[in-house]
Amino acid sequence: MSEHNTDPTPEPGIRLTEQQRRARRARSIAIAISLAVLAVLFYIVTLVKGPGVLERPL
Amino acid sequence: MSVTVAHAEPSVAGVGDYIELMKPRVMSLVVFTAFVGLVLAPVHMHPVMAFTALLCIAVGAGAAGALNMWYDADIDARMARTAARPIPAGRLARGEALAFGLTLAGFSVVVLGLLVNVFAALLLAVTIGFYVGVYTVWLKRWTPQNIVIGGAAGALPPVIGWAAATGGVAIEPLVLFLIVFLWTPPHFWALSLYRADDYARAGVPMLPVIAGAAETRRQILRYTLVLAPVGVAPWLLGYAGALYGIAAVLAGGAMIALAIRVRAEARGYTASKQMFGFSILYLFLLFAMLLVDRMAGGSFAPLWGHLPTGA
Repeated sequence: MSEHNTDPTPEPGIRLTEQQRRARRARSIAIAISLAVLAVLFYIVTLVKGPGVLERPL
Repeated sequence: MSVTVAHAEPSVAGVGDYIELMKPRVMSLVVFTAFVGLVLAPVHMHPVMAFTALLCIAVGAGAAGALNMWYDADIDARMARTAARPIPAGRLARGEALAFGLTLAGFSVVVLGLLVNVFAALLLAVTIGFYVGVYTVWLKRWTPQNIVIGGAAGALPPVIGWAAATGGVAIEPLVLFLIVFLWTPPHFWALSLYRADDYARAGVPMLPVIAGAAETRRQILRYTLVLAPVGVAPWLLGYAGALYGIAAVLAGGAMIALAIRVRAEARGYTASKQMFGFSILYLFLLFAMLLVDRMAGGSFAPLWGHLPTGA
């Protein structure tokens, strides 16, 4: 019977440091906010322009 | 058989580094001049549409700044003024700046085209392309005329603002373009006079590096002598009132006086530093006075009556 190994084998791949993890989280939040602003902007402009939102004069 | 896959070190760049990449101070001037172009336009623009247009112009300016820092990372590292920028300081990889800049450029142009109008979006695309392709990649490392020709990119925002409101261009925004275009050389040459060593170390052929300080001082005076009357042109052409006209005459006179002092300065850079600082105030004052003049609602009579607009 083999002895049970209590140390989990490290998963392959990149392991982020705490600083890298925090930086990535901050960037992810910034991207989420930007996309939300973009969605809200399209929504409000559609309300403002009404059917004219489909007209794009050169 | 094992395969080793090379990968980049995960980024530690924070949100602040990306904001710095967008050159917020330049962006604020771009937004301000675009806002003036938009307000001067002879059509009412819904505040939401105006905000959308200015947001797109701001993001487009940020994209141009990021792409500039991507391409110029090598020379930024050799100059004291720019060595602390995110890429040379090692906080952000060049590839990240490139991806960020291209993404912002794409979004700003497409959103402006979809939500405001296609002509303004085309102008924004041309501005970003000119700043990155013509100024940064081509002219900056090649000729002392780099900021003269490249200045066109910085001069376009009021035209974009006008185009966002009207869907076209007219003489008024073109005069604003000319003011910023003629303002750029004396502004940057005043800076480059006392940063000449920095530019020389980086291999950037600014005018003081190539032609010397005396010639640069001469050129600053020549451009300022052309700039000052052009700064008064909005009043002379009839689309700004006497309030603007008086401010432009006084501020233009101060610019000329400073340029004469720069020309006469045999050693040291006191006058050059004063000229650089005042030139920022000069441009801000001119555009702010255009706004004040417009808000005054024509109580300050223009010289020749209003021009027909091309809107």
